[in-house]
Amino acid sequence: MTAGYVSNSAPWGLWRYKMEVECLVIGAGPAGSMAAKELASRGIETVVIEKRQEIGAPKRCAEGVSKHSIEKLGINVHKLGITRTIKGAALYSPSGKKVVMEGEGMEGYVLERKVFEKYLASEAIKEGARYMIKTQATDMVMENGGWKVSIKNLDGEDEIKAKLVIGADGVESKVGRWAGLKTLNRLTDYHSGIQFEMAGVNADENYIHLFFGNEVAPLGYAWIFPKAFSANVGLGILEKGAKMRAYDYLKKFLEEHEDIFKNASPIEINSGGVPVAHFTEMTADGVMLVGDAAQLVNPIHGGGIVRAMHSSIMAAEVADKALKENNLSKERLMEYENMWNEEYEEKTNKLLKLRGFLEKLEDKDFELLADILEGEDIFQLTQAKLSFFLKKLIKRPSLLGLATKYLKD
Amino acid sequence: MIKINRERCMYCGGCVGVCPTNALTLNETMLVVSEACNDCGICIKFCPVGALEV
Repeated sequence: MTAGYVSNSAPWGLWRYKMEVECLVIGAGPAGSMAAKELASRGIETVVIEKRQEIGAPKRCAEGVSKHSIEKLGINVHKLGITRTIKGAALYSPSGKKVVMEGEGMEGYVLERKVFEKYLASEAIKEGARYMIKTQATDMVMENGGWKVSIKNLDGEDEIKAKLVIGADGVESKVGRWAGLKTLNRLTDYHSGIQFEMAGVNADENYIHLFFGNEVAPLGYAWIFPKAFSANVGLGILEKGAKMRAYDYLKKFLEEHEDIFKNASPIEINSGGVPVAHFTEMTADGVMLVGDAAQLVNPIHGGGIVRAMHSSIMAAEVADKALKENNLSKERLMEYENMWNEEYEEKTNKLLKLRGFLEKLEDKDFELLADILEGEDIFQLTQAKLSFFLKKLIKRPSLLGLATKYLKD
Repeated sequence: MIKINRERCMYCGGCVGVCPTNALTLNETMLVVSEACNDCGICIKFCPVGALEV
């Protein structure tokens, strides 16, 4: 023990924490704080460590979530965390043909991540979880059937022992690797993303705007997500289709849309990696991975907030039972992974097929799709409903072959 | 071992997630490369702003 504040018996305080806990959550993003809230509300002793000095910043995200999905999970979003409620999405082909998706189930929120996540942390703390920020996990080893996690923070170097470690440490996840899981992301399934948050953007603020094309954002898309007085303007690309850096594509995008950006200026720059396929196992002895750490992102649109929170809800439910049974073996914790797969595997696999198809499209194919698809059709596609799409393409031989190859069961 | 252009680096940590040898670690604005780096260059291909080079 290095620091004077550290105590096993003292009441919970700013920097006081128990050095032996039932559950240690590593990472305080939406996945980590949701897990902490769910665990603590069941009376499980929970400590969260976050390596950054501020929860929620810097964001690596366009901050959009589906209103329907949030409500379905019963997630309580603080009103200050929502900067804009949107009606739907406007999609643009390379030549600028516009298809609008709006209506029931297609509404969304654009969040202020920093506020959204701090609120989530406050809810977890209200339930009894305790946080240590600017606290980095540097290693973890199995000891006496639990995990001993080495940490560094303002109080020096120390160790926390935990029966269960929840790895909510995002795309950079070390927890999975320490536990021997293959969490490595493949470049073929990992978007390179860049974003300016800009003020002065001239775009209809009731919609998110998505731009497609191999010269716009190869094997990805560019976006404008309106916020209260600014907008997130960014894009994600896959390296295998790219001729230049994501940053170069973003500059090109801004230059090519003078009508939208001529009076705009950036107020924040973000970048990041987005796992758009799920390969990794999610559990090991005494370890569960949630959110981006487990690559739980929608493969089509790259959204990960709702999936992250849902995974944490499931993980906490299983953790509670496993702790009560005093059985934290991989076999026991697998129930979490099975729950996840039951809910998401089929849909994710279909969306992966759809992604495979979309990656083969040339710009002329996007134009054709913009002509024959309506907003409702595209919404159905994002819901992994693919068979109607094949029927729609019957009179479009140029695309039918490709679609049949990729999308048929 | 790869070189980090610290003026360009956005400290987003995206490269950490694709490093096959677990040689990269990000803490705030400190991206660290360890001896485990074998110059495979995958992180260079990923970097959205071109902050990494051999």
